[in-house]
Amino acid sequence: MPATRPLHLAAEIGGPPRYDAADYVALARLAERGALDFVTLQDSFTRPGLDALAVLARVAPATERIGLVATVTTTHTEPFHVSSAVATLDWVSRGRAGWVVDVSTTPAQARLFGRRHAAPPEALWREAGEVAEVAARLWDSWEDDAEIRDTSTGRFVDRDKLHHVDFEGGMFTVRGPAIVPRPPQGHPVTVVDAAGEHSEETAARHADVVLIRATRPEEAAAIRERLRARAAAHGRRPDALRVLAALTVNLGDGERPAEPGLESAPRTTGGAGGPYYRGGPVDLAELIAGWHRGGAVDGFHVAPEEPARDLERVVNGTVALLQHRSRFRTFYPGGTLREHLGLTRPANRYAHAGGAS
Amino acid sequence: MTTGAPGPTAPAGRRTVHLAAHFPGVNSTTVWADPRAESQIAFSSFERLARTAERGLFDFFFLAEGLRLREHKGRIHDLDVVGRPESLTVLNALAAVTDRLGLAATVNATFNEPFELARRLATLDRLSEGRAAWNVVTSSDAFTGENFRRGGYLDRADRYTRAAEFVATARELWDSWTPATPASPYGVPRPFAHTGRHFEIEGEFTVPRSPQGHPVVIQAGDSEEGREFAAATADVVFSRHSTLEAGRAFYADTKARLARHGRRPADLKIMPGATYVLGDTDAEAQEHAAEIRRQQVSPQNALLALERVWGRDLSAYDPEGPLPDIDPDPAAVIAQGRVTDGDPLAVAARWRALSEAKGLSIRGTVIETTARQTFVGSPRTVAEALDTFVQREAADGFILIPHLTPGGLDDFVDRVVPLLQERGVFRTEYAGTTLRSHLGLPDPVRKG
Ligand SMILES: Cc1cc2nc3c(=O)[nH]c(=O)nc-3n(C[C@H](O)[C@H](O)[C@H](O)COP(=O)(O)O)c2cc1C
Repeated sequence: MPATRPLHLAAEIGGPPRYDAADYVALARLAERGALDFVTLQDSFTRPGLDALAVLARVAPATERIGLVATVTTTHTEPFHVSSAVATLDWVSRGRAGWVVDVSTTPAQARLFGRRHAAPPEALWREAGEVAEVAARLWDSWEDDAEIRDTSTGRFVDRDKLHHVDFEGGMFTVRGPAIVPRPPQGHPVTVVDAAGEHSEETAARHADVVLIRATRPEEAAAIRERLRARAAAHGRRPDALRVLAALTVNLGDGERPAEPGLESAPRTTGGAGGPYYRGGPVDLAELIAGWHRGGAVDGFHVAPEEPARDLERVVNGTVALLQHRSRFRTFYPGGTLREHLGLTRPANRYAHAGGAS
Repeated sequence: MTTGAPGPTAPAGRRTVHLAAHFPGVNSTTVWADPRAESQIAFSSFERLARTAERGLFDFFFLAEGLRLREHKGRIHDLDVVGRPESLTVLNALAAVTDRLGLAATVNATFNEPFELARRLATLDRLSEGRAAWNVVTSSDAFTGENFRRGGYLDRADRYTRAAEFVATARELWDSWTPATPASPYGVPRPFAHTGRHFEIEGEFTVPRSPQGHPVVIQAGDSEEGREFAAATADVVFSRHSTLEAGRAFYADTKARLARHGRRPADLKIMPGATYVLGDTDAEAQEHAAEIRRQQVSPQNALLALERVWGRDLSAYDPEGPLPDIDPDPAAVIAQGRVTDGDPLAVAARWRALSEAKGLSIRGTVIETTARQTFVGSPRTVAEALDTFVQREAADGFILIPHLTPGGLDDFVDRVVPLLQERGVFRTEYAGTTLRSHLGLPDPVRKG
């Protein structure tokens, strides 16, 4: 891998539940000062906390450039509503939205809805893939130039540029078209945490960004190659995939030189676990630069153990150092999350069909 | 029971006027062809209109909902504004650029589940610090249902029993956290369990109460079931009776229903949707209003309105010509995703009589019969009329539907609001911070 491939950095701003907008706005602005590609906000129906996508919608007008990526579960929700909400986050943030596709596996989550029993992860991830698929189709169901405002014929839209999606999945059908016109990015960015076997398949098929767990660069490189190969097998361009290593970071005693490296994570409540880094911001910068230089990953997604403390050190320590060494950009050259990630705006799958029919 | 801040106080014996703003999105009121009309989708449009409403000290900003694009003769309706962003997401973003304005989302109770929607509404209520409202609608034709897991599946009576149980369940969830203490300033979640005809759910809710207790509930729907549902459950009714007599009848009927549910007349605010046109003089306003009607009812729109009543393809008719001789086909369903206007034969007979009496073309007839502007006149005339409606108990206030996006409220806020303030029937500053305090509604009593 050439060392010139841009480094991508993202951070989780969740952590212990907070119920006021100001905390989230402050963290997102901090991450934006570091020119990070995006922030994520975790969500689950079974622990105290606000709806993540709503929080990021609240954050959107208070930030300018940073990508806003909310966890959205697909098991007990309506695919049509999910696609509308993610598209709308893209509208209110002017092209900075993404979602982490997730599933609800537990009986406790199922009982909150009372519609169906908990199902095995394999089936839920297959369904999550279908939700990602129908969302993308709904985002395409309006061609970009469907709104015409043609006063001579009295038509507001060109109905030949609006498309039924007629999706039939294993668990649901959606007729379409969307209510929300095609969002600014065409498709908001789809992120999948590929920690498990079944999510990896969904990631290879549908994700723009994949989060992976690895404790050594060789391991990361192997997972990345596997994902790229699986994406290619689905007819996708492997270079349209960004693979980020997930790292829970604790920079709490970072002022003294600490033993750099990775420990196995203590299982914290609600956290996804995974590789855990404890040490100083400088050593973290070394680790990030090292893995990236070797081509093991396209970047990192850090989950600060204590957001207010650790994110500040990531931005003012780790990121500042990476910028100083010209390993990471110092400003946003573009406006949308896709532009930060170096991903193209997807072509509309219906645009040619529309011309023909 | 804690009570919200008192509503504005009017001069002795005068009732105060409540105002809200309806975003002029998907409806045939919106005049999209006007050169001043901007995007219906861009966040800047929502921000501009919401900031104007807040400058005008309005109670709330209102977003409607539709879950399937309307169709006509089996094809997507393409004449009026089509497409809109998802309401709760837009309102959360608006919470960032407003401080006091209430934020009301229309969300269907048929195609959602209580836990998820209660959580999304409670989140908006928290992030806006007590400014959220939910307009509970029930429309559930099979046509709309084709976009959802369950498909179209509820008949009219069941829609309202589900909606009522939905609201009751949401309130159980909103009440499930303990009150705040110094040790836990948000309270802590307590387990809930709800078992009813439509829902059987249990667990813990994830969002603490907001400063207004929980979101304000709005109801829009006019049937017997709808009115009962409002009387039993709602804080605000979004009605469509916009003449003084019809408004007074609806007002009296709805308020009389409250006692049966152990509620006081002041517990439910009745706010008809209202359009308006202003001019420097009444005559000028009338002229503007006529122009706007012609923009709203294009020749193509006139034919479509005719086809909706007749249930037939009438594209061969001249919109500037006479009404068709043939009768409507009462069995035909030509338009999908719309509320129908009642018995087509009766409507057609009315239209014919009007057309003959006034010598009106198809388009002229449609202009005369379909939704007209409610308040037309100089700012003084309009302010007087609004005040009269409220003093005479035809309404507690209005949900204003401007015809232009996003500048459609500017003239009202600049020219009518000051006159209402002069009359002493409209606030000169917000007394409280929550929507309940603007509406003069008590905070909800916590059950359990
Ligand atoms: C003023 C008014 C506004 C309404 N707005 C909406 C809306 O935005 N979305 C929707 O799905 N239904 C809307 N409705 C429909 C009602 O919620 C209800 O489903 C419909 O009126 C049928 O109920 P009813 O038989 O009780 O009138 C509206 C109704 C009224 C009267």
